[in-house]
Order: sequence, then C-alpha cells, then structure tokens
Amino acid sequence: MMGDRPNPPRAMSSAATTSPSVDKVDGFSRKSVRKAKQKRSQSSSQFRSQDKPIELTPLPLLKDVPAQEQPELFLKKLQQCCTVFDFMDTLSDLKMKEYKRSTLNELVDYVTVSRGYLTEQAYPEVVKMVSHNIFRTLPPSDSNEFDPEEDEPTLEASWPHLQLVYEFFIRFLESQEFQPSIAKKYIDQKFVLQLLELFDSEDPRERDYLKTVLHRIYGKFLGLRAFIRKQINNIFLRFVYETEHFNGVAELLEILGSIINGFALPLKAEHKQFLVKVLIPLHTVRSLSLFHAQLAYCIVQFLEKDPTLTEPVIRGLLKFWPKTCSQKEVMYLGELEEILDVIEPTQFVKIQEPLFKQISRCVSSPHFQVAERALYYWNNEYIMSLIEENSSVILPIMFSSLYRISKEHWNPAIVALVYNVLKAFMEMNSTLFDELTASYKSDRQREKKKEKEREELWKKLEDLELKRGLRSDGIIPT
Amino acid sequence: MAGADGDDSLYPIAVLIDELRNEDVQLRLNSIKKLSTIALALGVERTRTELLPFLTDTIYDEDEVLLALAEQLGNFTMLVGGPEYVHCLLPPLESLATVEETVVRDKAVESLRKISQEHSPVDLEVHFEPLVKRLASGDWFTSRTSACGLFSVCYPRVSSTVKAEIRQHFRTLCSDDTPMVRRAAASKLGEFAKVLELDYVKSDIISLFTALASDEQDSVRLLAVEACVSIATLLPQEDLETLVMPTLRQAAEDKSWRVRYMVADKFSELQKAVGPEITKNDLVPAFQNLLKDCEAEVRAAAANKVKEFCENLPEDNREQIIMTHILPCVKELVSDTNQHVKSALASVIMGLSTILGKDNTIEHLLPLFLAQLKDECPEVRLNIISNLDCVNEVIGIRQLSQSLLPAIVELAEDAKWRVRLAIIEYMPLLAGQLGVEFFDEKLNTLCMAWLIDHVYAIREAATCNLMKLVEKFGAEWAQNTIVPKVLGMANDPNYLHRMTTLFCINALSEACGQEITTKQMLPVVLKMSNDQVANVRFNVAKSLQKIGPVLDNNALQTEVKPVLEKLASDQDMDVKYFAQEAISVLPLA
Repeated sequence: MMGDRPNPPRAMSSAATTSPSVDKVDGFSRKSVRKAKQKRSQSSSQFRSQDKPIELTPLPLLKDVPAQEQPELFLKKLQQCCTVFDFMDTLSDLKMKEYKRSTLNELVDYVTVSRGYLTEQAYPEVVKMVSHNIFRTLPPSDSNEFDPEEDEPTLEASWPHLQLVYEFFIRFLESQEFQPSIAKKYIDQKFVLQLLELFDSEDPRERDYLKTVLHRIYGKFLGLRAFIRKQINNIFLRFVYETEHFNGVAELLEILGSIINGFALPLKAEHKQFLVKVLIPLHTVRSLSLFHAQLAYCIVQFLEKDPTLTEPVIRGLLKFWPKTCSQKEVMYLGELEEILDVIEPTQFVKIQEPLFKQISRCVSSPHFQVAERALYYWNNEYIMSLIEENSSVILPIMFSSLYRISKEHWNPAIVALVYNVLKAFMEMNSTLFDELTASYKSDRQREKKKEKEREELWKKLEDLELKRGLRSDGIIPT
Repeated sequence: MAGADGDDSLYPIAVLIDELRNEDVQLRLNSIKKLSTIALALGVERTRTELLPFLTDTIYDEDEVLLALAEQLGNFTMLVGGPEYVHCLLPPLESLATVEETVVRDKAVESLRKISQEHSPVDLEVHFEPLVKRLASGDWFTSRTSACGLFSVCYPRVSSTVKAEIRQHFRTLCSDDTPMVRRAAASKLGEFAKVLELDYVKSDIISLFTALASDEQDSVRLLAVEACVSIATLLPQEDLETLVMPTLRQAAEDKSWRVRYMVADKFSELQKAVGPEITKNDLVPAFQNLLKDCEAEVRAAAANKVKEFCENLPEDNREQIIMTHILPCVKELVSDTNQHVKSALASVIMGLSTILGKDNTIEHLLPLFLAQLKDECPEVRLNIISNLDCVNEVIGIRQLSQSLLPAIVELAEDAKWRVRLAIIEYMPLLAGQLGVEFFDEKLNTLCMAWLIDHVYAIREAATCNLMKLVEKFGAEWAQNTIVPKVLGMANDPNYLHRMTTLFCINALSEACGQEITTKQMLPVVLKMSNDQVANVRFNVAKSLQKIGPVLDNNALQTEVKPVLEKLASDQDMDVKYFAQEAISVLPLA
C-alpha cells in the first residue's frame, strides 16, 4: 500500500557523515534506523470475516472402499474441498485445514494413478472445486508502487491448499481419461477469463502453475484458442496504455512464445496485427526488464516464421527507441542483435538506413554501456558480413560518429573499440573511407552552415509572426 | 491580411515541410510546436490546400511529435480561415484520434471537442458527425475509444434523427467486445447523460448504466460508480429509488475491493446526488459497512470521508445519526490494524468536533484524540496535531495540552527526518494556540535542539521556525530567549553549528530590528570573519549582504566595509567571490 520510506537528504548530510571521526567532531549521531523488511503474505479478502469455525465430516480414504464406490466418494471429496479457509488467521480451523490438505493430496494421487474414475458427473464437480479455490479477488498490493525488481513479492497465504488444487487440476487436465469434449461445457470463456485475471497474482509460484494450466487448456480446447489470444491481447493493451501494472506479463509471453511457434503459414492478419500493435508497443513499458527476454523470443519467433515482418518490427523498435533510459537502450540493442542474427539479406537492405542511423546514435552515446553494446555488433560475424556487403551505404552513415568518438569519447575502452571498427571499415572499403576522411571537415562545415540557415529561417518566420501580430489566442487581427 | 500573399513566395512550402521532416526528432518537435508560425507564413489558403493534406498524409511519427501536433490543431481555426473552414482540420485530427498512444489520442479528442464548438450546426452534421460515426465503427479499438468522448459535444446541436443515431452508437460502444472501449464508454456515461433529454436518460442511460455496473471486469464496474453521481443528479428524486439505488447498493457490496474503494472515494458526491432521505435510509448503513470493510484500502478511503459525510447529513437528525451509527465505527477505526487507515481518520476526525459541539466533543471525541496522540505511528499523531485548530475553536487546546506535550516531544525526536520536519512546521501554529508561557516552558528547548540536528533540512526548517516565532512573540522575546542561545553557537567547535548561527541571523535580523541586529548580531558576524573554515567565512560575507539593509549607514561604513574588504582579498576563491558580491550590492561607497 502506501509506501513509507523517508530518504535522508543525502547530498546535504554527506558532509557530516563521511567518516566516523568527522561524525564525532560534528556531534551528529546517525539516527536513521531502517526496519528490516518482513516477508509479507496475504490472501483474498473474501475469506476474512468468517466467525464460526468450519466443520467437515471426515470421509474414508478412497483406497479403502470398493472400486465401484470410489467415483461417488471422489465426488464427495471434491465437494468438501470447495470449502475455503482463512489463512491469514493462522490459528483458526487448524484441524480442518490439515484435513483438507490431506484430502487434496489424496485427490492428486488419485487422478494420477486411478483409471475409470472420470465419470461425466465428475467434470462439473472438478471445475467447481477448482473455481471455488482459485478464483478470488486479488487483494491490493501492499506497497504503493510495487516494484518487482526491488520489492519482495507478497506471497499467497493459502498456498498450502492452493498449490495442491493447482497440482490436482493439472493432473486432471493431463490425465489420459480426460475428454475435452465433455470438459468444454464447464471450462468455458468465463472460466478462462477468470483464470487470466489471476495472472496478476504477486506470488510467482502461483503464476508458474497458472502458466502450465493455461498452456494445457490452450492445447486441449481448440474452441477457446482465439478467445484466449484475444483476452491476452486485451490484458497487454491495458497494461501498455492504461495501467502499466500486471504481474503476469512474462508468463503470458512465455505461453505465447510456444503458441506463435505453432502458427500456420501464411500468418493470419490477426497475428500480424498482434505483433505490430501489441508486442511492439510492449517495449515502451517502464518495467520492460521483467519480461524482455520472453518478449524478444516472441518477436524472433515471428520473424523466423515470416521474414517480411522484419521491416515493420525494426521500424517499430526505432519508433519507440528509449530516449532517456540507457538500461532499456541496452536491452533494445540486445534484441536488435537477436533479430539481425536471423535477418535475411534482402530484408536487411530495406531497413539498413534508419537502422544504422540509430546505431550511429547509440555508438556515440555518452553512456559507455550503450556505446559498448552497439559496438559489439562488429564482433558478430553474420552482422559483419551484412555490413560488408552494404558498406557503401552504412559507412557514410556511421563515419562521422565513429570519427568524432575516436577523438572525444571519455571512456578509453570505447575509443579502443571504435578504432577497431574504423579499421574494419578501412579494410572493407578503403576508397570510400579515404573520401569520407577527406571530406569530414567540409561536411561539418556544410552542416554548420545549414544549421545557421535554419536559424535564420525561423528568425524570419518569427519576425513575420510579430509583424502580422498573431495574438496568443490565435486570432489574426484584420 | 494585406500584403501577405507577396511574402509567401519567400517561404516555399518545401522549405517549411523540410523543417517538419527534419531527421532530428527534437528539431521536428520544435517545428511542430511552431506550426502556427508556419501556417501564418503560408497564409490561410495554402495552409488549407497544402499544409493540412501534408500533415494528414504523413502522420507516422514519434508520439511526442504527434502529441504536439494534436494540440496545435485545436487552436488552428483562425489559421485556416475561421469557422467557415474549420472542418479542414478534421482529417488530420481523425487520424490522430486513432493512434495507439493514449496521450496523443486524448489530446486529439480534446482538440476535436474544442473545434466542434466552432462548427456551425450544418457543418456539424455534414462534417463532424460523420467523423464521429466513422470512429465509432472503426476496426481497431482506439478509434472507438476516441469516439466515446465526442458524442456529448455534438449531441445537443444536431437534428433529432442524427440524435437517435448518436444514441444508438453510444449504446453499441457500451457493449463493445473490448474492455478498453467499454471503459471509455463508462467513463463518458455521466457526461453523455447530461446532454440527453430526461426521457432518454430514463430509457437509455439507465439500462446502459445497469449493464456497465455489472460488467464482468471490475475496471468497467468501478467507472460506472463515477457515472452514478451524474445520473443521480439528473433524475427526479422519486425515480432514484427504482432506477439508481439497486445498482448503487450492489456496487457498495461488490466482490472487488476496487469497486468498493471507488464507492468510498466518491461517497460525498454520491451523498449529495441522492439527497437526504436516501442518505438516511441507504447510505448510512452502506457507509458503516465501508468503514468496516475487510480491505484496508477501502476503510482508509471511507475514513477520509467521515467528516464530509457527517457534515452533509440532514441537520434535523445529524447528531443522532453520528452518535448512534457513525461514531461506533470511528471508535473501532482508532485502533485499526492498518496505520494508513488510522492516519486517514486522524486527518479528518478533529473536524467532527465542530459538528458535534463542545459537550459531545469532550465526552466522546476527546478520548479518541488522546488515543491517537499516543498512536505508535507518527503519521497518525502528526495528523492530529496538524488539525488542532478545529478543536481549539470548540473546546480550546488546553484540554489537550497535557497529552499534547509528550506527543510533540516524541515526534520532535522521531528517527525519520520527514516526521521531524513536519512537526517543526506546526510549531508556530502550536505556539500561537498554547501561548508564550507554555511555549517557553515546554517547547523552546525543542526548537533550539533542532538547530543542531544532523540533517540539514531540519536545521534549515528550524531556522525558519525561529523567524516565525519571533514574528509571533516579538523582538523583546527574541532578545531574551533565543538570540543569546543562537549567538552562543558561534563558538561551537563544529563548523556546521557555527554556520547555523549565521543562517539564523539571516532569518532573524529583519524581525528583530535594527537595534538588536546592530548591537548583538553584527559583532558576532564580524568576529566570525576570522573563522578558519572557508565555508564559514563566505557565509559571513553572505550574511553581511543579507543584514546590511537592516543596519544604519554608520555601522555599514565603519564596521562592515573593512571586514568585507578584508574578505575580498581572502585566499579562498569562494570567499572572495561572495565578499565582492556583497560589496557591489551594499551601499558602501
């Protein structure tokens, strides 16, 4: 919830606290005591205000009754397990909690090893039991701005039961006797929608189970596939354009990665739209680092399926190129290299100009990690071969940045890398290289002149604006 | 516009368009921001025939550029030739209203709403309304989302056939397939209801409202709560019970805490919208439930509204409702397990005393205030202290002073500097209410202790606090109580404390007046010009510049001038600099 971490004004107090001896002279005791963070846990609100204790009548074990009675007992146990307990209250219903836990364990084993247990009546009961346990309103996040990189996730208090329910459900879905044609009556769109909402859970263990569950459902229920994709679309779009908050993006992308892998060729328009309008904009999100690997994998999957998508993808990345966040820039450069690894030479030619204009900007970034990451491209043999083939286009774009950095970059490692790149260019195309070196100065002067002309143009325009007396409200007096 | 055409040849459109296409985003952005200048250079005719088509065709750019463009176009009416031609602006804005980035789209919609007012009723039907329809039936969700914001601006000014179409479109969007569009529609529902005829509010809006309020996504349902306020305001009292209340009751008990939070957050507005009778019968129990909600978020939002809710209760039985229904819940919240809930309550609870009057306050509220003053969470105590003025008016602060003091002392020594900073800010207020005697006896030592706090922000605030106290208690008080202590610090072995003396002098000289400044403060400052730490010396120069205007000319010439001249030849650069600055500013010549 509302975080509470006053920061000491560092710049100001630093003078007073540089070393213990200074401390003594200044007479300032260091008072800031930061409380050690506690592991937090929470559970859904719906359980909290139960007052009376829960009573479940113990049932015999499944293995202790004759085979023909087992299906009936199985149903009864499922019904019992619909009861949910309040795990925030660690003292309540201890006995019954333990009873449910052992029952769930028994059910897990039962669906794994038994045969002939899955009667048609069992399907709605299984889905009901799972729904009762897993579908719940997720509680508010404990920290106001939950930062998954910094903050410990809040763990689900009811996990001892929840885990077994998920385990049971997965075994059920994977069971040899499982028949999607019957199950689809119960595992429907509404069920899937609620399942997808749970991906926002802060508990990584739960998201991991959800991933498997959704993957199985996608695999077994053909009729739900389009719906699942559409809803994931909606979750992502909301995440990108509305809330910037959703815990399960990486997990959903992981599932999508394997879904994309199975797309038939030629790709449907719907899938291409998903790539361009959803996956590419996902790069703009602040928390990109949490799901970047999965995202880049999806993108590369798409390009391996259909290389003609390379141009829109790279143009998309260039459009959203980070302006201020160097960390993200490094991620973009990494992804771009993955794309270049699989790019077809014909596609490369289409995109090389805007692409290398950006790379040239990265190479001259004052942030050495960005510059370094971009310069590493020249260590990649395949990229090098592409550059070599097109050196007459790429060299003029890169030259002035490289030339300038070789003289001015603050970081010696970068300067050394740049020298290597320049050397490589020189070997590739020495005539062009010499020409560019010779014209470097005059080019700079031409640029400066152009800059001056621009300034003059705008000055004239502004004079004109004054002369015509455009008032601030946009009304031109006649 | 005479002579404009002649000038145009100077600025061929190609040159200007080059500027809009510049490779450097920043330059492109600058050009777009001066789009009006470009349009002016081109004249209205060519702006319409050349610039706008160019803009419409080449919209593929960075969102930042598009945002600037969307904003500019909203102010372009005169540049295309006035209201007669304003529809020329629609094509580029239409494209902008379909882009993915929300801020761009919102800005485009804002501009469209703006220029819709400049359309004649005929143009509105011929040009604007078809655009709204196109957006409303667009393929991609973005255009449909944008359409939601445009219905209400054209509805009042079109014929009844077109009105019927608009209502139909809005209805369709309310049940759109994508939740993004339903959210957009839900958030504009209230606004749209306001421009509809009452009959249609009852027939159309209510059913949409009911549907959105029971949407499968809580993000849609919670927006319906906002619409509820507007809708309830539009309907006659006798219809509220049947048309609105069932939905509102359901929202207050929604299974999603976000929806309940929204109800709590909008509670005062809802209360005003439904009127006193429904408030008494329905909202009071609903409010009680929210105060007892299982999620702390909801309780905190409700706790924030306690004062406003009570204030707006019908006066005839306000006191009775508060005493029997609200106060018991409030009492429980005082010992809530969540500090944010307690802190929210503490920020408004004092306000109840004006509503309940002296006797009830002493009997029922005072124990709560005292309990909160002892709360383990500093924010809670702080919120109580910062609202003391409400109680002061009703029962006087003396009632509290015994409990107040320990609370203040503890906050003054809190480990978190922000807490210490906050309590300092209330010192002048407290001093005013508690009086000079109480202050001297109990609080003065605290105020002086802050001057040697280890955090600069606290020392700075403490300095400022002294100035405010002097303004309140007068120069004589200053001379007797604080000036000696402040000046004493000038001999402290710690240079930061010595500098604090200078900062205090800077702050106090004006309030203390010429006599104290000249006789007591100036000698100390001058003596410090020999300090071995350069930071102290240049602060002497700064202080002299600051207190110079308070001094008389004689002191300036005979005492200040020689010292500054000496400092101006100091070996430290900064000392020199500030000494020279002081010399040039003060009338020393």
